[in-house]
Formats: sequence, C-alpha cells, structure tokens
Amino acid sequence: MAIPKICGIETEYGISVRGGSDFNPILTSSLLINAYAKPAFKRVRWDYEEESPLRDARGFEREQTETVVEDDSGLVNIILPNGSRYYVDHAHPEYSSPECSNPRDAVVWDKAGERILEDSIIAAAPLLREGERVFIYKNNSDGKGNSYGTHENYLVDRETPFSDLVKHLTPFFVTRQVFTGAGKLGAENGADEVDYQISQRADFFEVEVGLETTFKRPIINTRDEPHADPERYRRLHVIVGDANMAELPTFLKIGATSLLLRMIEDEFITDDFSLAQPVRSMRTVSHDITCKETIELADGRSIGAVDLQWEYLKLAKKYAQDNETDAGSAEVLERWEGVLEGLESDPRSLSAQLDWVAKLSLLEAYRERDGLEWDHAKLKLIDLQYHDVQRAKGLYWKLVASGKIERLVSDDDIAFAVDHPPEDTRAYFRGECLRRFSDHIVAASWDALIFDSGDEPLRKVPTMEPTRGTKAHVQGLLDASPDVSSLMANLSA
Amino acid sequence: MADQKRKPKPKKDEETAQAAETTATEEKDEELEDLLDEIDEVLEVNAEDFVRGFVQKGGQ
Repeated sequence: MAIPKICGIETEYGISVRGGSDFNPILTSSLLINAYAKPAFKRVRWDYEEESPLRDARGFEREQTETVVEDDSGLVNIILPNGSRYYVDHAHPEYSSPECSNPRDAVVWDKAGERILEDSIIAAAPLLREGERVFIYKNNSDGKGNSYGTHENYLVDRETPFSDLVKHLTPFFVTRQVFTGAGKLGAENGADEVDYQISQRADFFEVEVGLETTFKRPIINTRDEPHADPERYRRLHVIVGDANMAELPTFLKIGATSLLLRMIEDEFITDDFSLAQPVRSMRTVSHDITCKETIELADGRSIGAVDLQWEYLKLAKKYAQDNETDAGSAEVLERWEGVLEGLESDPRSLSAQLDWVAKLSLLEAYRERDGLEWDHAKLKLIDLQYHDVQRAKGLYWKLVASGKIERLVSDDDIAFAVDHPPEDTRAYFRGECLRRFSDHIVAASWDALIFDSGDEPLRKVPTMEPTRGTKAHVQGLLDASPDVSSLMANLSA
Repeated sequence: MADQKRKPKPKKDEETAQAAETTATEEKDEELEDLLDEIDEVLEVNAEDFVRGFVQKGGQ
C-alpha cells in the first residue's frame, strides 16, 4: 500500500587540492568537516549499531569479504543541526540530507549541502598550507575511470515485493536520464566512444540488480538497511542518479520517482515495460543527445526513452486523479510534461532547465569561439568546473547569474535549510535536540539519539518512525524541556 | 520572379522587420560573448594540468 515518500539525497563530493605536494583526500576531507563543525557538534558520535550494509533485499546477508564496509573507523562523522549527516566516506566528503517529505524540500536540503561544502572551504582556508587551494565538485566522474555517487533514498512499504520494484523501476531509471543527466564529455569503463553524453553515471553500470556500489554497479541496488522499523519499512537506495546543479532535474528526479513508487506500492501498473537489455539500454540512452534512438523491450517492441517516459507520466497523471500523493505532485506532473514536450520537439530548447543541455550549450559555444576539438583540455575543464560548488567560480552559477538557468527555490529557503531541519519528518526531532542539547548527546544516527543527562545512565531514544518527531509532534514537548532530564521525563510520560 | 499577384509590402516595413531580427540575433550573440568572457575570467588557468590533477578514487 502506498505510504508517504519520505526521502533524502546523499551526495559524494569530488575533492581536489591544488598547490600542495602530497594531497591526502581523507585528511583534507576531514579538515573541511572539522573546520566547519562547531565544537559542540563534533563531540556527538555517529551510532553505527543499526547499520547493515550487507543485508540484501532479496533475503540474505552477505559475509563481509572484499566489500569495504562502513564502520566506526574513526573517520570524521557528524550530525548537523539541520538533521543531516556530514562525514568522510572513503576518500571524499559526503553530505546526506535530512529526511524530507516532498520533492521541493528535497531540492532545498540538497542545495543546502552545497552551501555547507562551500562554507567548509572558507572555514578551512586558514588551515591549509601556503599556496594550497581546495576544490569541491558536485559531480560523479573524474574523467579517469572513477565514479562516485549521488544516491536517492525513498521510504517504501515493506509489503511491496522487491521484484515489483525491479520490474517497474528499471525501465524508468534507464529512461529518466533524459532529464536527470548532468552531461559528460567522453565515455568510461569500456563503453563505446562518444564526444558527449547525457549522464555522468551511465557507463559505470554493469548489472541489473545487485548489492555492490563501488564496482559491478547495479541499476537496482538491493541494500536493505531501512534505518527504521524493519517490519513496516524498506529504504529504497537508488544509486543511478546524476549529481544535479540545476534545481528542476532534482525536483523531477525525486518527484517522478516518488509517484512511480506509490503506483508500484498500490499495484496500479499493469503494463510491463521490461527492457530486453537494461544495461546496454542505459548506455544507449545516455549516448544519444538527440533523444530519438529507440531501445528494445523484452516483448520485442521498440520505444524511445522520451516515449517510455510519456507512458510513465500518463500513468502518474491517472493515478494522481484518484489517489493521495505527496505535496507538490501537481507541480511535478506539470513540469515533467513540459520537459518531455521540450525533449520531444528539441532537447536544446531546455538549456535553461536541464544540466546536460546547459553544459552542452556552453561547450559548443567554446568550441565555436575557440575552434576546439571535443577532447580539448579546456572543454574537460569546463565539464568539471560546471560543478564547482563555489558560487564565484562554478560555471553553473555563472549561468544562473546571467539568467540562463531557471531556479526553482530561493536562496533564502536554502539558507534556512543550512541551519534548520525539515519540520515534517523525524529530522526535526534530531536537529532540534542537537541544537538545544548538543552537550548532552553522546551519539546519534538516523534512527536513534543517545542522551547523557549527567547523573543517570545513558538513555537511547529510538526514532524508528520517519514520519514522527515532526514539529507538530514534538515542539511543545521540547519547549517544555529546559534540560535533558526533563526531556527524558516528558518523553516517558 | 514568379508573376503571381502579390500585394506589394511597403519597403520600409520589410527593412524594419529584417533589422529587428538582425538586432535580436546580434544581441543574443553579444550576450553569449559576454557570458564566455565572464567565464574566461574564472576558468582555471592551465586547463590540462588542472584537469590531470583531479583524481577521485573510492566512490560509490
């Protein structure tokens, strides 16, 4: 049965240091986060107890062998007062947004992450060595065979068979690239050579379904770590998306996927759009900037990516007429339709809306003005610097400044989201407790907070229900708790 | 060319329409040129070296 699509986006940011001699990405990432975080928040430990990254949704748990598992290795890992997690993951800084109840909030708290990263660069500057500069990129490819992810997370009804998710999401993920792609020069990972393609991620996907995230990447990831009541909930972990600078792609990415998930939960879709070769089709779609090529369905039909997206949109519109949806779905449907119309008539007409088209227009303008070949270093620099999070340097921000990219949310909204959690999910409780009681919080995670009131044993307060702990639920209680002891008493009452 | 009967368009209107179109295109080109100039100012120098220096391992 369809349930609220509580969601969040985790972004692995690319990091580079210039002017230094022995760049260590783990150390520099740690430096950034430590420089940003107020001392009070740094004392709060991340609580790993409920993590189970090797549990597979297909019903087994894998032995820890070669897979690198997140663990309490002492790497910097903090919660911020906006309810997010900001930490060093492998060799880069990562920002996991707080839980949001709707696509618009998902955009706002995702963009807040960029501000936090930029503020971290500023805070860390005095701590760098002479002549050193740090660069942070919100993208997914270094152009040298490595890829890093922008993962979406959605709350899904546990009752929904995982096979239904695989069946309906696969063709959707393969084709939604036409509006989620952030654009990329060249090919990677053995894929066919191309001057420019729609998605930064497509070439890195090698299997249809699987647990891996760092190699043999699957279109559908089976990680089963709900961070919530495991009897009721699944957290769908989506790793195929691009990191978006433009706001509309993120809005549609979250909004359209959320609608599809509700339809799947409600068994609303009777069509079967299963693809004959999903992995190959993912590359076909990404490598075709005309958006006209067709891919093959398992039943032998051929269809273009945009046409398949039209099928999903038609279903979503019908569904939304008679069924509950998340806030903003009317806007999602309207914008989704507008984008598909644009892609159908001329993808280039969407240079103010979609990252891959905006970037392509910029690259072509430089090619023309300076007579550059597609593999010229300057174009590669543009491909990279488009994603620089610093607003004075990032090329996306230059496009915004000259009115060439459409915004969806305001800088005021984003500034608010840097310091405040969403008000309608458990992120509110987490963020507010951190703001009010950071000195007395020993550890925190997505589904619990551990308090130390001083003269009692440590108290673990579970937050297993993502829809509870909202402002409506707990503000009164928090306002009536001047200290942790009274909070504990009030929670037990 | 063809000897169709054609309502003669006043020459001035035609010229004005053409001029307007040219101005619009010129404006757009100028806008684009300005944008590229602005971007030139923030683009890192020595593209090859800079791009080569960015390697990001260990990602999901």
